[in-house]
Amino acid sequence: MSASVLYDAPGPKAVVRNRIYAVVGSLAIAALIAVSIVRLADKGHLAPAMWDIFNYSGIRQNIADALLATLKAFGLAAVGSLVLGVVLVVGRLSDHKPVRWAATTFIELFRSLPLLITIYAIWVGFLTDYSMWALAAGLSVYNGCVQAEVLRAGINSVPKGQSEAAYALGMSKTQVMVSVLMPQAVRSMLPTIIGQLVVTLKDTSLGFIILYPELLQTARLIASNTQVNGQYPYVSTIVVIGTLYIAMCLLLSALATWIEKRGRRAKTGIKVAPGAPAAGIPAVEAVSGPDAGGAGGAGPTADGAGGTGVTKD
Amino acid sequence: MNVLLDNFPEFRDGFIGTVSITAVSSVIALVLGVLIAGFRVSPVPPLRYFGTAWVTLMRNTPLTLLFLIFFFVVPEILFPGMSPFVLGSLALGFYTSSFVCEAVRSGINTVPLGQAEAARSIGMTFAQTLQIVVLPQATRTVIPPLSSIFIALTKNSAIAGAFSVAELFGWQKLMSDRGYDIVPVFIWVAIGYLIVTFTISGLFRLLERRMEVAR
Repeated sequence: MSASVLYDAPGPKAVVRNRIYAVVGSLAIAALIAVSIVRLADKGHLAPAMWDIFNYSGIRQNIADALLATLKAFGLAAVGSLVLGVVLVVGRLSDHKPVRWAATTFIELFRSLPLLITIYAIWVGFLTDYSMWALAAGLSVYNGCVQAEVLRAGINSVPKGQSEAAYALGMSKTQVMVSVLMPQAVRSMLPTIIGQLVVTLKDTSLGFIILYPELLQTARLIASNTQVNGQYPYVSTIVVIGTLYIAMCLLLSALATWIEKRGRRAKTGIKVAPGAPAAGIPAVEAVSGPDAGGAGGAGPTADGAGGTGVTKD
Repeated sequence: MNVLLDNFPEFRDGFIGTVSITAVSSVIALVLGVLIAGFRVSPVPPLRYFGTAWVTLMRNTPLTLLFLIFFFVVPEILFPGMSPFVLGSLALGFYTSSFVCEAVRSGINTVPLGQAEAARSIGMTFAQTLQIVVLPQATRTVIPPLSSIFIALTKNSAIAGAFSVAELFGWQKLMSDRGYDIVPVFIWVAIGYLIVTFTISGLFRLLERRMEVAR
């Protein structure tokens, strides 16, 4: 913290004061953690028996199956949302007014509705017996809209001369889109796109509403069906499942960071959007240009103009 | 239309539930987020680590899991018998606080270092530098991202409905349990949410215009 807007380089007095704050602060944090642990131990949540359940092969198998189910839904949703995103952005940038209008309405509507509502409606209304497909469809619809906006921001950030030059060469609109604009847009927006995939991964946990046996639903079942010492092992289950989720998300965001770094290194002159927003990365460079994505480090959706649904998860 | 007219009291309660849980958890998220942002930019290392850990954990945990934690673990630590509304608002507020924290921190980072240096060199105290120079500029950049964070919060509040807090998603579930066609139910719920999110974005646009300064 040598150069901060908020603090000057500390003098001798401030150094002493900061040390005192550091000690007091760490004591306070330690006390908070200690109190939680003691309270949990008092209620018997930290007893070895509570954690022993994960040694049973049945429960391990359950968790492995659930992990697979989560990844399956995520895979389907990832592909679905990317495909839908491309379709929607092409529609949104179309020359035909009705197409443009329809795509815009679709995007604005589903982007500003809670995902849970969409998933539940699809499940009840259309895919009652296929919870995995209902979950994947709901996730694809919502995230597809977000990805479409991300791609649009990417396309807008391609310098205008690029498409003008392509048109001057006699390329058709489709050719310009496919071979000039899209590759550059995807390239510059890749970190944001992956950041949105992290959000998609996290949102697979909404599958528990429609009884899809993914990780969270399984955690609930494990915790509420196995009784240890007259108590339900919620704490241990949540710790284990939570670790799994956090590990998966961090892996994905690490991928985003890596790609972003690679993008910075390459000298193509196309700006790579800052940071994967959903992750533990301080994605905060902010304001990289009027049209560039990740506005203000807050979310993957660029364009502040949309108003209503400018959100991230 | 019948779905709404026949079940208007429930719909009204659900709408009020959505609005109130959004409002309460917004306040929690704002206060906590600013506090954690303060930790993250403070010159005290343990607090900085705490802030970083907080943001990393909250952002990479699915909100649904956070709800599980708040409904099954937190009552064990604090005291049992808290209402679903309180627990739900706390979970939402804590989750959103990490996003608020990052928005505030990025807002502070966009203020050029020279501004603070200039303020110090003309003899302003720390409090004056903050109040007169840094914070007004930071606030202006923070407002647009905050608006999208609070809209996301509104949408996330639907998850609270799945944890037996009375709000609009609960109404959707109730209506489909009662055998109404899902399409009209969906449309009414959608309109309910759109009213809330449009209001939020309108308020923030107003705020933005208020704070606008020609630069």
